[in-house]
Amino acid sequence: MPDQFLYAVEAAINGLMAGVLYALVALGFVLIFKSSGIFNYAQGVFALFAALTLVGIMDGQVPFAHLINALFGTDVHHFGWHAPALLGIALTVVVMVIIAIAVERFILRHLVNQPDIILFMATIGLAYFMEGFGDMMWGSNIKKLDIGIPQGGSFWIEENTAWLGGENFYGFFIDQLDIIAAITAAVLVIALTLFSQYTKQGRALRAVADDHQAALSVGISLRFIWVLVWSIAGVVALVAGAMWGSKSGVQFSLSLIALKALPVLMLGGFTSIPGAIVGGLIIGMGEKLFELLIGVPYLGGATELWFAYVLALIFLVFRPQGLFGEKIIERV
Amino acid sequence: MVLDTGDSYVTADGRTIGGVLMEMKNITLKFGGVTAIKDISFDIREGEIRAIIGPNGAGKSSMLNVISGFYKPQEGEVWFRGAVRGPVKPFQVAQEGIARTFQNIALFEGMSVLDNIMTGRLTHMKTNMVAQAMWWGAAEKEENENREKVERIIDFLEIQAIRKTPVGRLPYGLKKRVELARALAAEPMLLLLDEPMAGMNVEEKEDMSRFILDVNDEFGTTIALIEHDMGVVMDLSDRVVVMDYGKKIGDGTPDEVRSNQAVIDAYLGVSHD
Repeated sequence: MPDQFLYAVEAAINGLMAGVLYALVALGFVLIFKSSGIFNYAQGVFALFAALTLVGIMDGQVPFAHLINALFGTDVHHFGWHAPALLGIALTVVVMVIIAIAVERFILRHLVNQPDIILFMATIGLAYFMEGFGDMMWGSNIKKLDIGIPQGGSFWIEENTAWLGGENFYGFFIDQLDIIAAITAAVLVIALTLFSQYTKQGRALRAVADDHQAALSVGISLRFIWVLVWSIAGVVALVAGAMWGSKSGVQFSLSLIALKALPVLMLGGFTSIPGAIVGGLIIGMGEKLFELLIGVPYLGGATELWFAYVLALIFLVFRPQGLFGEKIIERV
Repeated sequence: MVLDTGDSYVTADGRTIGGVLMEMKNITLKFGGVTAIKDISFDIREGEIRAIIGPNGAGKSSMLNVISGFYKPQEGEVWFRGAVRGPVKPFQVAQEGIARTFQNIALFEGMSVLDNIMTGRLTHMKTNMVAQAMWWGAAEKEENENREKVERIIDFLEIQAIRKTPVGRLPYGLKKRVELARALAAEPMLLLLDEPMAGMNVEEKEDMSRFILDVNDEFGTTIALIEHDMGVVMDLSDRVVVMDYGKKIGDGTPDEVRSNQAVIDAYLGVSHD
């Protein structure tokens, strides 16, 4: 096989892996949009906040250390422990649930029946609040996150694929972290699908997504469902934040991955869980292949910055509801 | 449950009307300066079909919304099953066994007819989330039982042919029937119908009347309904409350109401067709 072809395959596989990470972020958006019609601008910041909290707990950082020191003249920074990853994750989940409850109590409850644009604006406010809150709680320095996921290329894959090409081909380079992220995403999607299709709460969630008044009349508590869905979105944000954070450190730019999720949503549809996954994969693979085959040789590279958006734009023109989005049929 | 069954009676067509299931005591509801309901009291007995009628803007829908917890009256008490009801939310009212339909239909448009009706069973599902997701043991049994009950209602309301159709595609008359099916799926103690015949043609009205009577007869469900169509109300109901400008101006059997002068003046005297 010609090496050029193998490089393209490698780029495609790596693109798929990156796509999984995009899909993880997009999933958080879809969940909230589906159940409450809110485009949660803060989803990216949620991922950052979750990752910060995870690092903070694992490193035994004192939350609000700066504030406490300023107020009481103390000098505390660390509790001096180092928590195992699983405990850190469990405690971070608890924190994300508390945030979901707070969001319902202090924001959503007061904005029932408001137009969508108002709710969208509220989430912009929430995003910047959470960003500042995260800084205040854990500090704004760049942190290293290590929850025990192996990193670097998988030697096993490299060794076992080297024979495919000629002398200059050393096998496919695939990051182990990406493989684990892909498996995690798959498990998450299967669990969420089972949950929404077969459980009482899942059915209630779909009902709330469709019609609030009707949902109330069959005995569904909107508040409970909102807390539930924001909690799930918080957990998804934690998974995304932990994966991205392990890959490139926990820092402010983590919240910008939300911007990568936007074209994924346009492509896959705002209401479809499989759409988020397939959209993520298409964009991840598309941008890597485009860069390799067209971007570098003809356009001077750096096409990854805009390729996803242009692809999404083209999709929007031909299929505004996305690949898997619901087309609401209005009877005239 | 403490019900006053002392004066239960049997109707001409052989149905037993029991004690008081729900009692509204001196209900007053205001929206800002507007009084929608003024000091109204009436009761609903177990097994009966109770109608609330009145001209446009009389406060009928407001009354139904008070019963179902969507509105909170400023004054008065709502008694249900022999106990006074505290401040409740609509979903809690539904969980207590009061199901309802809406004047402007509130269905889950994106879901199939079957899924819509299954949501009516939500308050009856008890097994845990993990078991449901995995389709395990008790959860599977529960799901099957719920499905059987729902299928029975689907047969009963003659909507087998559309069970897999997304509700958004159905014509108006069938949507009304699916909404009734979803309310019935909850096996309510009290069924509230908000203008069940609104916007229907004669044939659809006849079908709906038949279903209402059959539901009451077959499942023994107590029904309270609001309706504009006088002819339909008089044929269906055991007792009728008449409202006008937020006040109660008549209450009794259809015959009593028909001969009530205040009612004739306010409502029946006006030609509607």
